[in-house]
Amino acid sequence: MPRRGPAPGCPGRRDAMRRIGWGSLALAGSLAGCGRGKADPQGPLEFWAMGREAEVVTELLGAFHARHPEVRVRVQQLPWTAAHEKLLTAYAGDALPDLCQLGNTWLPEFSALGALEPLDERMTSTGIPRDDYFAGILDTNFMPTEGGASRLLGVPWYVDTRLIFYRTDLLRAAGHAAAPETWFDWRAAMQDIRRVGGAGRYAVLLPLNEPDPLFALSLQQGSVLKDDDTRGAFAQPPFRRALDFYAQLFRDDLAPRMASTQVSNVWDEFARGLFAFYVTGPWNIGEFRRRLPADRQQDWAAAPLPGPDGPGVSTAGGSSLVIFTSSRRKESAWKLIRFLSEPETMQRFHALTGDLPPRRSAWRAPALADDPPSQAFARQLERVRAAPKIPEWERIFQEMQLAAERVVQGRQGTEAACRELDAWVDALLEKRRWLRGRRA
Amino acid sequence: MTKHGAAAWILAGPALLVIAVFFALPVVAGLALSLTDFDIYALADLSTLRFVGLQNYLHLLQTPLFWQALGNTLYFVAVGVPVSIGLSLAAALLLESRFARWQPFFRTSLFAPVVTTAVAVAVIWRYLLHTRYGLVNQGLAAIGLTPVDWLGDPHWSMPAIIAFAAWKNFGYNMIILLAALQAVPRELYEAARMDGAGAFRRFTDVTIPILVPTLVLVGILTVSGYFQLFAEPYVMTQGGPLRSTFSMLYLMYEEGFRWWNLGNASAVAFLLFVVIFCASWVMLRFDRDAPGRR
Repeated sequence: MPRRGPAPGCPGRRDAMRRIGWGSLALAGSLAGCGRGKADPQGPLEFWAMGREAEVVTELLGAFHARHPEVRVRVQQLPWTAAHEKLLTAYAGDALPDLCQLGNTWLPEFSALGALEPLDERMTSTGIPRDDYFAGILDTNFMPTEGGASRLLGVPWYVDTRLIFYRTDLLRAAGHAAAPETWFDWRAAMQDIRRVGGAGRYAVLLPLNEPDPLFALSLQQGSVLKDDDTRGAFAQPPFRRALDFYAQLFRDDLAPRMASTQVSNVWDEFARGLFAFYVTGPWNIGEFRRRLPADRQQDWAAAPLPGPDGPGVSTAGGSSLVIFTSSRRKESAWKLIRFLSEPETMQRFHALTGDLPPRRSAWRAPALADDPPSQAFARQLERVRAAPKIPEWERIFQEMQLAAERVVQGRQGTEAACRELDAWVDALLEKRRWLRGRRA
Repeated sequence: MTKHGAAAWILAGPALLVIAVFFALPVVAGLALSLTDFDIYALADLSTLRFVGLQNYLHLLQTPLFWQALGNTLYFVAVGVPVSIGLSLAAALLLESRFARWQPFFRTSLFAPVVTTAVAVAVIWRYLLHTRYGLVNQGLAAIGLTPVDWLGDPHWSMPAIIAFAAWKNFGYNMIILLAALQAVPRELYEAARMDGAGAFRRFTDVTIPILVPTLVLVGILTVSGYFQLFAEPYVMTQGGPLRSTFSMLYLMYEEGFRWWNLGNASAVAFLLFVVIFCASWVMLRFDRDAPGRR
């Protein structure tokens, strides 16, 4: 690749960082930033992926290269824990790759930065059927624009949601034949399990450091933000109902007051029967098969998350593939996204990682269609709902859990915790209100 | 005079330039940043950057999380520094003692934790502190005490972090104190012994006064190091449970690199600087007024 000198004003960036810390950053920029061959449209495609997916995706690339010999791909693996920081600093330093795997809760942030290439037209012109995707999952990739329309900024790669894994034998022993579908039945089943199990047994594990279970329950009730996502609505009835249900499980000793770091090995404890229900995600299908002892393999199943009155919605998580606006190789990047989005590629990807595909047609593979736990996810994925699409969401999400933890630990009443949370959210979103006022 | 002056500037120039570029400039930029609301929106579009004066500072001072982080950090410093220096001094005295055998071996092995990677040993400590299977709780059980949920109980998490940090860091101060001990003139001990001083009096009236300047130095280094508590909770508890191990630096890291509120993060940094500056100043005063000092 020809190494170019620092081209005058690295392409297309009106970068705030450069003006503020111009001294050190201009220096760093001329040393590393512009000269990386990014500007060369013929250079290899830079693809950043995370964790296990990055390891596996290289195995899929053989078929891609056979079809598109002109495109070279360079995959860089980022650890999940550092990926977010690395991407933001790469944005500030104008060193973003061409395309990237992006957790779909990070999309609003990079959308606010204007770093993501709209993909609506490419999606339509290449004939990828939108309605083949689970609607709730695809929706997380649509970002509202200032004009009020919304644009597709990512293509779902694999999906994630939360539902219940449970011990079928313990549920049967407590007198319940089938998995509960409503909050009422779920609570009743838990109380029976606790009664039959006696001391030292709980009914459900809801790790106190994981916000997802509570958020899934509150999604079933309604929105947690109001006024165009510029104020909190945590003191409103929808969230209050979810928090009341959640906190009552701890007060009744149905759920242990534990963080996931305190449960040394959830699979051991699940096999031992410390708890019968576990609200968790798709990676645990593989983990349960690998880690539960052979004589327990007949005793577990997965089922959609119970809702207030019938099967409820859950979180719409997962990762998307995005192209950055700074890329000079968008056509090649789209070819790769298109290849990775084919149902056959998704099926191979699932075989290698256990990651669940976002397209319904990919679910026709026997490994998914004939697998009961995966089918529970298939049913749940028809009922998933996107989180608020604002850059501050991740932070609000964490703060919500801290408030819930205070309630569960008995340090604060529900009313006070919710009001305090709303005040905190309102302060955090002040800038959004200011921006909205400025636009108006 | 001018000639000398010019030569001095030329000689000091490169160093001053490096200091200006890599120290003074970032500090000034950081101070400027702390007076703005630099966030993700400003990163995207600089016209949304607002000058907010001291609002970041005022806001921080009204944030319970800031006070919690400050309280946790002070707790860590107030308990961790004496424990750590006490351990260092005890280890140095043992190594210096006439009865110590295999001195180089012990010196090396006691220093070893300092050069190990915090992340790697933190994993081992997490095993040791494990509620059910950890060695520490097995030891407690053996002497009839109830097991403690070291990293899960908000009351015990900080003591566990302090124990880990003290173990990890005491070797460094031990080496400095050992050097100071070896510099104590033998004659002073002999004279004290002839005057009838026992081992304890010799320690309090000879060793300690001579060690005071070194102890103050070690104290200032340790205090300013311990105020910057980050790696230990980051790898062991992620600031939890219930933010009981959430430190000032952790707050700065979260504000800056997790949420990209660089304005707030810079304000935290300057407040931490003020705290460390005050603590060091008080300790220096203590050194000046110390009895060992003329």
